[in-house]
Amino acid sequence: MPTHFIVHDKADTVGVMVVENSQAGQDLTGWIMETDETITLKALDSVPLGHKIALNAINPGDTVLKYGHDVGRAVAAIGKGNHVHVHNMKTKRW
Amino acid sequence: MMERYQFFGYRRENGRVGIRNHVVILPLDDLSNAASEAVANNIKGTLALPHAYGRLQFGEDLELHFRTLIGTGANPNVAACVVIGIEPGWTGRVVEGIAKTGKPVAGFSIEGNGDITTIANASRKAREFVQWASEKQREVCSIQDLFVSTKCGESDTTSGLGSCPTVGNLIDKLDPLSATTCFGETSELTGAELVCASRAASKEVGERFLQVFNAYQQVIERHKTSDLSESQPTKGNIIGGLTTIEEKAFGNLQKIGKKAKFIDVLKPAEAPAKGPGLYYMDTSSAAAECVTLQAAAGFVVHLFPTGQGNVIGNPIEPVIKLTANPKTARTMSEHIDLDVSGILRRELTLDQAGDQLIDIMLRTCNGRLTCAEVLGHREFVMTKLYQSA
Repeated sequence: MPTHFIVHDKADTVGVMVVENSQAGQDLTGWIMETDETITLKALDSVPLGHKIALNAINPGDTVLKYGHDVGRAVAAIGKGNHVHVHNMKTKRW
Repeated sequence: MMERYQFFGYRRENGRVGIRNHVVILPLDDLSNAASEAVANNIKGTLALPHAYGRLQFGEDLELHFRTLIGTGANPNVAACVVIGIEPGWTGRVVEGIAKTGKPVAGFSIEGNGDITTIANASRKAREFVQWASEKQREVCSIQDLFVSTKCGESDTTSGLGSCPTVGNLIDKLDPLSATTCFGETSELTGAELVCASRAASKEVGERFLQVFNAYQQVIERHKTSDLSESQPTKGNIIGGLTTIEEKAFGNLQKIGKKAKFIDVLKPAEAPAKGPGLYYMDTSSAAAECVTLQAAAGFVVHLFPTGQGNVIGNPIEPVIKLTANPKTARTMSEHIDLDVSGILRRELTLDQAGDQLIDIMLRTCNGRLTCAEVLGHREFVMTKLYQSA
């Protein structure tokens, strides 16, 4: 079974797609590095290699967690399985 | 285990060890590039380092200019150095600085002589230096002799997942063996600065890091016209899936591993002076600027994780590239010294990847040319702190 996405930390709200050519609607398998757990998720979008996918619903203004840390805020409603990037997430700095 | 980490290097007059044997033709200033390049063309086996600056600089910016030039000439990867400048005063200052290492160095100035006479005189000296350097032999050296720098570029999320933690694994393995290592990229720690500060060896060092970090933030605040999106993170970072500077920063910081603590905060191009260990240097996050400063501080081999495929090299410090991005490894293979994309497929553990990086690093130290060296990447870029007078 291939690993489609990897999650750094158990607390994270996003994972990173590590395969090319994933499709919207695809059932994905993920690996949480910190705890060595396997999780599954249905993709709502086609998420390119290296891009992030939401592990749960994220509301506008919510902090996005990766590496177990604050890496920015959502600026649009993000559904579980959606692509997370510059269109729905921004820095809190600068 | 210890024996495995030996390598063959060039031990210089001051005891420091180099892994390359360059004879450098170093211009003091922009005006002297033409003569320096002419000498390098005349005398095979020399390396000219043209650059854009050196005139009407002042204050801290001028100090950094001298520190970078002197440090470059003094780097143990340089066997001998010819300095060419427009006038004898500042040329002599660079020569004197390099001469403290005990290596052969000579200065030539252009005013009152003209390019042609200067080129002739400097070429005669360069010929002497090359033949002298060509008889230097490598000898067995240990990991304590090795100065390793790191900086990543055109990062993407695979950098934080694979290539940066691979460097971190190497640092965690070599730190207890008394290697001297260095990371930098001040602006690129934004969002992870408190985690970085917690990795200082003492509270005082952590506080000095935060002072340097905050000063850099002020520079950005003063000059910014946006949230820096497409500059930091770069356009390439964003294409690769990195969304914010905070996300990029946590990926970047994976390079210092999980255990090693940094023992000092260095100014740009400042040589480490507190013995073996991990050092933080205040640098730009622009690849060529950062590596040029680390080389000028005396680091002899560089580890460069990339995601989207930054192609940078340095003229005197070999740059080893690694990537965990399978697409980059496939489409830009001529630039990649080590492919660790197996980490993403769970075919390669971090521990194995770290061992592979140590292996390719020691082979590079023994003389194996890096991809960047073979492709002729010699980006020598001085950091300029502000306008000239």
